[in-house]
Amino acid sequence: MAWTWFHQLGSPRWFYEKSTAWLPWLISIALILLAVGSIWGLGFAPADAKQGNSYRIIYIHVPAAFLALAGYYIMAISGAIGMIWRMKVSFVVLRAAAPIGAILTFVSLFTGAVWGKPTWGTWWVWDARITSMLILFFLYLGVMALQNAFESEDAANKASAILALVGTVNIPIIYKSVDWWYTLHQPATIKFTEASTIDPSMKYPLLIMVIGFYVLYATALILKTRTEILQKERKAKWVKDLALAS
Amino acid sequence: MQFQFDNLSEFFNMAGHGPYVWVCYLVTFIAIGYLLIAPIRTQKKLLKSYKRQEQVAQSENSDAPASVTEAKQSW
Repeated sequence: MAWTWFHQLGSPRWFYEKSTAWLPWLISIALILLAVGSIWGLGFAPADAKQGNSYRIIYIHVPAAFLALAGYYIMAISGAIGMIWRMKVSFVVLRAAAPIGAILTFVSLFTGAVWGKPTWGTWWVWDARITSMLILFFLYLGVMALQNAFESEDAANKASAILALVGTVNIPIIYKSVDWWYTLHQPATIKFTEASTIDPSMKYPLLIMVIGFYVLYATALILKTRTEILQKERKAKWVKDLALAS
Repeated sequence: MQFQFDNLSEFFNMAGHGPYVWVCYLVTFIAIGYLLIAPIRTQKKLLKSYKRQEQVAQSENSDAPASVTEAKQSW
């Protein structure tokens, strides 16, 4: 009995119906947190002593990069669950997670490049952190491409799940790159095991933005998963009833 | 906590860093908007097309000739 929820989670219909109730809340919370964090970070946090105002990009750059990485875990773990337990929904989540992760990785690369220009004097360097993030971007694109490269859906799911799993070796490299190869990219400013190297007046809006991006990610993933479910289950009676009631 | 800029034009200029900062926020919020709006629009479109298909299928199965012509016209 204790495992009922696990099996229910595997039911596309259950997921679709439950998430209908969650979505308005999730969207509102994400937008409020992102608005508060942005206004705080852009207008009310003090300017950085060394970088001036350009550092305000941190409030979107760091959360986007966090979620680009966390999104990869979610994609790889759903791939693994799909391979091991053959859960229907997990491959759907894998499919949904890839484009969202690709977009967030692009946002972190783009904001990093624009931040680099006034700070480092260049848009791009082949620094270890930046290069490993670029590899992450290509891994996401690779998973997306593999999903459309096969006639059989089963083969596409398996191939993309394997690529997602193999690609996880890149994740610890990204985390550790700023410590192993200390070149241009600055090391982490928020630390969980020791004191952060960021002033509280700058840290609180950053934390709000990080939470905001997590909620945004969850919302985007649920939305995309629902779209995939509607496409996959279009022959099911509950989808037909839903369409007729709409 | 107070507003860090003397006036609005300084806020937009950010001592020369304004263009860099604002373009980042613009691109990010376009991406966020896309992540939220695109799937909602796709879902609406899918449900609409399923509804049409289902209405056609139902009216073709029923004996009422009026609804058949009506559904055919909507295609």
